Amino acid sequence: MAAAAERIGGLARGEDRSASAVWSWLTTVDHKRIGILYLFSSMIFFLFGGLEAFLMRLQLMRPDAHVVSFALFNQLFTMHGLTMIFLAVMPMSVGFINYMVPLLIGARDVAFPRLNALSFWLFLAGGLVLNSSWLLGGAPNAGWYNYAPINTGAVVHGVSLNPGSDTLGIDFYVIGLQLAGIGTLLSGINFVVTIINMRAPGMTPMRLPLFVWASLITSLIIVFAFPPFTINLVLLMIDRMFGTGFFDPARGGNALLWQQLFWVFGHPEVYILIMPAFGMISEVIPTFSRKPLFGYSSMVFALVVIAFMSFMVWSHHMFTVGMGPVVNSIFAATSMAIAVPTGVKIFNWLATMWGGRIRFTTSMLYAVAFIVCFVIGGMSGVMLAVPPADYQFNDSYFLVAHIHYVLIGGALMALFAAAYYWLPKITGRLLNERLGRWNFWLVFIGFNVTFFPMHFLGLMGMPRRVATYPANLGLGFWNTVSTVGVFILTAGIVVFLYNLKRSAQHGELAGPDPWDGRTLEWSLPSPVPEYNFAEIPLVRDRDPLFAEKVHGNGRLVPAQIAEAHAAEEHASAHPAGIHVPNPTILPFVVAVALTVTAFAAIFRVWPLAILGLLAAFFAIFRLMYDHDPGHYVQPEEGAR
Amino acid sequence: MSAPEVRTLEATPVGPYRLPTPAENTKLGIWVWLASDCALFAALIATYVSMHGHVGHAPTPQQLFDLPLTATATFVLLLSSLTMGLGLEAAQHGEHQRLMRWLVVTMILGLAFVGLQAVEFTTYVHRGLTPDASNFGASFFTLVGFHGLHVTFGVAWLLSIFIFVVRKGPLGPRDLWRLEAASLYWYFVDVVWVVIFTVVYLLGKVS
Ligand code: HEM
Repeated sequence: MAAAAERIGGLARGEDRSASAVWSWLTTVDHKRIGILYLFSSMIFFLFGGLEAFLMRLQLMRPDAHVVSFALFNQLFTMHGLTMIFLAVMPMSVGFINYMVPLLIGARDVAFPRLNALSFWLFLAGGLVLNSSWLLGGAPNAGWYNYAPINTGAVVHGVSLNPGSDTLGIDFYVIGLQLAGIGTLLSGINFVVTIINMRAPGMTPMRLPLFVWASLITSLIIVFAFPPFTINLVLLMIDRMFGTGFFDPARGGNALLWQQLFWVFGHPEVYILIMPAFGMISEVIPTFSRKPLFGYSSMVFALVVIAFMSFMVWSHHMFTVGMGPVVNSIFAATSMAIAVPTGVKIFNWLATMWGGRIRFTTSMLYAVAFIVCFVIGGMSGVMLAVPPADYQFNDSYFLVAHIHYVLIGGALMALFAAAYYWLPKITGRLLNERLGRWNFWLVFIGFNVTFFPMHFLGLMGMPRRVATYPANLGLGFWNTVSTVGVFILTAGIVVFLYNLKRSAQHGELAGPDPWDGRTLEWSLPSPVPEYNFAEIPLVRDRDPLFAEKVHGNGRLVPAQIAEAHAAEEHASAHPAGIHVPNPTILPFVVAVALTVTAFAAIFRVWPLAILGLLAAFFAIFRLMYDHDPGHYVQPEEGAR
Repeated sequence: MSAPEVRTLEATPVGPYRLPTPAENTKLGIWVWLASDCALFAALIATYVSMHGHVGHAPTPQQLFDLPLTATATFVLLLSSLTMGLGLEAAQHGEHQRLMRWLVVTMILGLAFVGLQAVEFTTYVHRGLTPDASNFGASFFTLVGFHGLHVTFGVAWLLSIFIFVVRKGPLGPRDLWRLEAASLYWYFVDVVWVVIFTVVYLLGKVS
């Protein structure tokens, strides 16, 4: 029994490199390994999304080109947007949230470890279902926001609005995103509870690291924003599979209903993408400026206000559909107002750097680039929020420039900063700084060369989502420049991948605290042991580790453990060691069952769909009632 | 001695550490989940409100709705909240037999509600209101059916607790949270029904 437990414990730590290593990844419930799974799979999806973008830019490099067919181009921009948003950037943030939040709050795991595993497998299942459409009859092709009625295959005056949408592509959209969305919702719930309930003693709300605040707010946005999308997908599914007419104006339906429900979700969604980035930047900048974060409380307040307001601006995506001047004015005002709390954050970051002893590591370079690019994206955002101007900008390349300045210049730059900052904690090895510099400058220059000209293209009248353009419009020059930028950007990404590989093989050992950090995770060995903290720390300051370095002896003080628990679960005083949950295959089983349901629904095999659902529910109930005795791990010598 | 700018860090500002219990975590988790479920129903109800005027050639709400039937169903569901509460109260006092009785009654009431809904739906379909007949039909069946699925899931959840107790013995204080979590969900589903009953049936009959 004990031997078996020991073996499983070894598996969970990934010590076995044979076939059972795969099994250990399938069954893991350790938030750190789940975080790694998120980071790894989102990286792969990112490369897919990047490849799609690359093909699009090749096609658009010269006028009247035929690199890809027009039908394929529609699928490319749709899948590129979906992949980047739902399968690359969002899960990459979730990966860092998974790995880092418990460490940052001084916890040994998340509130619901097995639910956490389920979230991951559902996300992966959704991503695979969506991408399998490439092989099974064509990918979705109606844009990432998939407007009605082109998504329903509606026929007007005998002409199909979207000849492609009568294939199954849109069904893959509906079902794939539904699966991934459930996974996201579950991790949102998990992290709300984790952050509220699992904090170490002394980690009061106003001492939470800003990344944790950002994660909490992100999770809350997820909890409230995903349901309207779920419903939207359900309605579209019913329309497409059972012949109702929710979105079909010809039958009394309302195509704008899709838009409303989509953007009630969609706008908060872009804040789901950017909030964790805010948090990451707020960790990186103080560390490399050797100063506490300036204006901590106003930073927290700004996050909360932005989150709240993110639910009140959705109709700025619909200025041109004819909502009327009153509605347009209201949404213009709320949209511009959201720039105020965002400005507060920008100034606080600048003030944090002001007078600091700045170390320009690659991570810090990315953080500074984030500020620059995000401000540019924010400026074009305010321009777009002016309805009369938006009548010109809407659906032009100006908008493509804007979204990429906030999504790449914002979210992705922050993710790179976080990668250089935190991957040494995760892998135990530093990334090379020289390569990092190459990586940074290539990405930064390539990104700006690609996307800045798109502002001009937009103002010159080039619409988005066009597969090509005639030569006599004079759009060729800037399009060529833009595509050249993509080559530079791609080179930068390749350098990053090489840096990852090189670091994994013979990167310099990071040690526990390579950056002279401020927060709890830097008190732990890199990589972090399975149980995280040998002793639950007592948090005595907003920058706990830094305070101990300056005012104490440089080590965290262990917290007092409640008597009643000293001999019970999870207390470090237990003679057998530290209690950790056992691995289980059930979350994976649930995801597989739901994947079967997904494909069965796409191909309308209803009995199989119901069977899959029942199997999934059965496994969920098993998960709920199987008592997990857990097992004990001895902390390493010296860790105590 | 220490330099002047060194301040002493607080000793123990808070009570000793203890891991939150499954009860604390699960109940908070359920609350958050229910909050998101509120948004789910909000989206559905908004859809219904924006669609229910499109009756086309299909029967209208005024022609179809049978208030006595729905009122009975409503009564049955609200009664189940009461029996759920009685069951929970019994469990809190460790009265095993009484808990099991109320659990069974609650499940029967829940099933009766779903059954009445099935009767209602078949009647409407026979009278010409299929989901694809009009957008009133589509949004009505989606909203009310979605709620019906919630009740069905609730019954399955209660059944799973019933089986758990049968297999593992009386619900001890350590497992009480399982019932509390399910009961939160059950009350929520009942409260949502009150909204649906008002918005769909009562307003549908008068407008
Ligand atoms: C890595 C470099 C990237 C390049 C070269 C790139 C390029 C492009 C191009 C050419 C388009 C199509 C524009 C059109 O035809 O209308 C596009 C659309 C889009 N991109 Fe990117 N992109 C990149 C990264 C990203 C990232 C990281 C995100 C999000 C997190 C993103 C989100 C989007 C979205 C949402 C669309 C709109 C899709 C639609 O029209 O439905 N992109 N991108």
